[in-house]
Amino acid sequence: MTKKNPLSLQLNVDDFLPATEDERQSLVQLRPSVSFWKDAMRRLRKNKVAMVSLVIILVVMIFAFVIPSFYPYQYEQQIKGAVYLSPMTYSVDEQAKIDAGEHVFPHILGTDNLGRDYAIRVMMGSRISLLVGIIASAIILVIGSIYGSVAGYFGGLTDLIMMRIVDIIYTVPDILLIVLLSFALRAPMDALSAKPGFQWIQTVGVNLISIFIVFALLYWVGMARIVRSQVLTLKQSEYVTAARALGANSSRIIKHHLLTNCIGTLIVTTTLQIPSSIFTESFLSFLGMGVAIPMPSLGSLASDGLNGINSYPYLLLAPALLISLIILSFNLFGDGLRDAFDPKMKS
Amino acid sequence: MEQTKLVEVQHLQQFFPVSGGSLMEKKVVKAVDDVSFFINKGETLGLVGESGCGKTTTGRTLLRLHEPTDGKIFYAGKDITHVNMLPYRRKMQIVFQDPYASLDPRMTVGDIVGEAIDIHHLAKSSKERQDRIIELLSLVGLNSEHANRYPHEFSGGQRQRVGIARALAVNPEFIVCDEPISALDVSIQAQVVNMFEDLQEQMGLTYLFIAHNLSVVKHISNRIGVMYLGKLVELADSYELTFHSVHPYTRSLISAIPIADPKVNRAAHRIVLQGDVPSPVNPPSGCRFRTRCPYADKCCAESEPEWKEVSPGHFAACHHLDRVK
Amino acid sequence: MNKNETAAAETQTAHNPEYLVEIQHERLSFFTPAGEVKALNDVSLYVREGEVLGIVGESGSGKSVTAYSIMGLTAYPGRLIGGDLWFNNHYINTMTEKQMRKIRGNEVSIIFQDPMTSLNPVYTIGDQIREVILLHTNKTKQQANDRARELLSLVGINEPDKRLKQYPHELSGGMRQRVMIAIALACEPKLLIADEPTTALDVTIQAQILELMMDLKKKLGMAIILITHDLGVVAGTCDRIAVMYAGKVVESGPTDDIFYHPAHEYTKGLLQSIPNLNEQEHKRLIPIEGSPVDMLNPPAGCPFAPRCRSCMKICLNRPPEYTHLTDAHFSACWLLDKAKFEAQGEEKN
Repeated sequence: MTKKNPLSLQLNVDDFLPATEDERQSLVQLRPSVSFWKDAMRRLRKNKVAMVSLVIILVVMIFAFVIPSFYPYQYEQQIKGAVYLSPMTYSVDEQAKIDAGEHVFPHILGTDNLGRDYAIRVMMGSRISLLVGIIASAIILVIGSIYGSVAGYFGGLTDLIMMRIVDIIYTVPDILLIVLLSFALRAPMDALSAKPGFQWIQTVGVNLISIFIVFALLYWVGMARIVRSQVLTLKQSEYVTAARALGANSSRIIKHHLLTNCIGTLIVTTTLQIPSSIFTESFLSFLGMGVAIPMPSLGSLASDGLNGINSYPYLLLAPALLISLIILSFNLFGDGLRDAFDPKMKS
Repeated sequence: MEQTKLVEVQHLQQFFPVSGGSLMEKKVVKAVDDVSFFINKGETLGLVGESGCGKTTTGRTLLRLHEPTDGKIFYAGKDITHVNMLPYRRKMQIVFQDPYASLDPRMTVGDIVGEAIDIHHLAKSSKERQDRIIELLSLVGLNSEHANRYPHEFSGGQRQRVGIARALAVNPEFIVCDEPISALDVSIQAQVVNMFEDLQEQMGLTYLFIAHNLSVVKHISNRIGVMYLGKLVELADSYELTFHSVHPYTRSLISAIPIADPKVNRAAHRIVLQGDVPSPVNPPSGCRFRTRCPYADKCCAESEPEWKEVSPGHFAACHHLDRVK
Repeated sequence: MNKNETAAAETQTAHNPEYLVEIQHERLSFFTPAGEVKALNDVSLYVREGEVLGIVGESGSGKSVTAYSIMGLTAYPGRLIGGDLWFNNHYINTMTEKQMRKIRGNEVSIIFQDPMTSLNPVYTIGDQIREVILLHTNKTKQQANDRARELLSLVGINEPDKRLKQYPHELSGGMRQRVMIAIALACEPKLLIADEPTTALDVTIQAQILELMMDLKKKLGMAIILITHDLGVVAGTCDRIAVMYAGKVVESGPTDDIFYHPAHEYTKGLLQSIPNLNEQEHKRLIPIEGSPVDMLNPPAGCPFAPRCRSCMKICLNRPPEYTHLTDAHFSACWLLDKAKFEAQGEEKN
């Protein structure tokens, strides 16, 4: 507690003039605005594993959706005499063409039992698997979040009934239902596909449609449970009470206050649902319940490849590796997202 | 000046079920038990009491944020106990205690204030909406550049201002202020109290001001009601209550408040109550305050005291008002 | 925590053995990922034996951080980066964790704001009181139990045997705080630190607890550091007061001096902004403008400058030094220097 030296020469009269408002305010700096998203993205960027997974996902997406447009081969194109070629080899006819000076694009992954270039088939297989995974997850997201938020928000008897329905749905055997549905729907679907505008049903296949229907009927229950528990917690928040006091109706509260505050959970759960859906589809395709031939899916490719596993291992290896890669990278990215979307904002 | 009743509650009851009761006997928390009062247009009624007294529940039940178990609520003479509240949400609003929890963390401040405008279609174009939002923010001392920021970027006092701007967005006549300054730093509390007073004058607002800090309530209120364990024990003009209170609980509450003045503090005669507040699940029979009251006797356990007018405008419920010195 | 970062051993100023607690120019920062939060920026205060010091301040002022640093309880990532701390003739800066543990609970105790979270919910009250006794004394379990019963009576809890077997959630808030006090006093410490002990309690319970603390102080002759934001509470209980703002002690002195002759603009502002229950007519409150300071970016000069209605140019650039108004009452404000400066100027002329 030292006394100040009154004879200090560092002070002068001007120092004691009153400070202006501007001078005072200049000391008050507003930190740059950081929204919830920016903060989450920043945390995500720091997570190396998640970033690597994201790159892999993007590469696979390009592989599945972009490259086939530029690829010289079609997935259903059968090249005569080019059956069961090993990767990077040519058939006798193709070799002849090369010797004659023509340029023949190499079969990077060889060909399958019908002489179809395997690389393009794997690419198309990835595309189908990814599409099924993403579309199925989107269906699950929409149905599950609406169902879960309604049950959670209204509570009471509504919640009770809705959740008991969920419990019942959990007990239904999904694979069995898919098989039954495919059989049941075959005849009506065939009839429908004959009508104009419905040809795509033939390409996609009754099985795949059955899969989508079953996803819409059964698989959303996990999401519904998660959303319901989030909503149960969030609806106690004071800002929800505030919205009610303003006169907001239920749908507004659910849409603007409850679901928006769940977005982190929704995104993460959906991202983690994608590999699960892909796996289910691959599994079903492997069993022969998936896309209609000649459309490939990674599962059906793996199933076909299983036959020649001793002589032509690449036929099984390629799709299996790709399935593993896709599922792993989506899982790791989903984990990274979950860490990034930590609900507690720093104050 | 003619006083017209704007808000009135009669025999309001709010019981909450509590788990743990047997099948025969459901346990309830009697949070608000037979409370009646009215608030005149343009006045501020303060409601004080300690934790568990039911003052916050009273305020929220009045706005029908909880449906009352029994009793009636009147607004401008009309019985609104069972009507659709949407049109009344434009006239009756609320400011909450916790500035951190009462603002949606995912919405910008502008959207928070604008939500009321959206719900009630108060603006015809988005420009009109934006103008109104900026107008409301400036009313509470914030400026337009704050509209695009998120609640977590503001201090407690500023967030509370946002909450006030939100309540004002519908142009209400009546605002329930539910402990609006308890969570704020002392140096900010005065700013917000002054703002409440200024807005009341500017806009002709009527307040129900709920708080546990009697000094602040007395400062801002015209009349004050004191609650204990779900019941109103005394109601009077602010100065009358502070200097001439008659109920033993009010007396001890006032004497327990530490004054920021050492000499007054040293000279003060404190009535220090013994024991703790009883549980609201199992309130004492008869007068609920009797377990801690220095004047209690047998008849206090047998019957609940009547709400009597002790002097014009001054009410209290106690069996032994004559004994209280 | 208490390895000396700087070469304080060479530069440490002499310690006044009269003071039970002496803090000189303490500087403490928290090294967070967001940056260095300068929680304490040159804090100096002292407490004599048997005296009650009130530390008044708002959130972010550093009052709790100061108290914790005396006990060596500064949480990671906080670190003492300057100054000297003495307690009971121990030099805290260089004490090891082991040495600190001998003192905590024994010579100095602390009670916290929220008794529910500071009492362990899975142990009975009896267990928690006995723990402290057994840790610091050579008593047997039976003796410790007797002492625990004694303590409960001391803090005004009836039926001590029944209470000793109960768990924290079975008691009310006021009772839990009494139990905290009993634990704190088990070894008859010389200093009791009370960190906002009544903020979470109702007013009538607060009155009980404060009365209890003052009673115990008389009986046991201990010193108390009472940390609070409530000026009413310090007015009734404290002998001396230190007012903190943004990590500095801006004013310090005997209670009557602080309340009746406040020297710092912040203290004055606080006193004017509190509504007085006893006032006979409605007087508009005079608030302190602005918002609390951002501790990541404290201003270069006086931390209160942006909110001070008498702010001068020098206040923005240089932190003021302490000026003594009386022997015991001092404040850090350029306005006081201005008066002196002008007086000097007149003298010269």
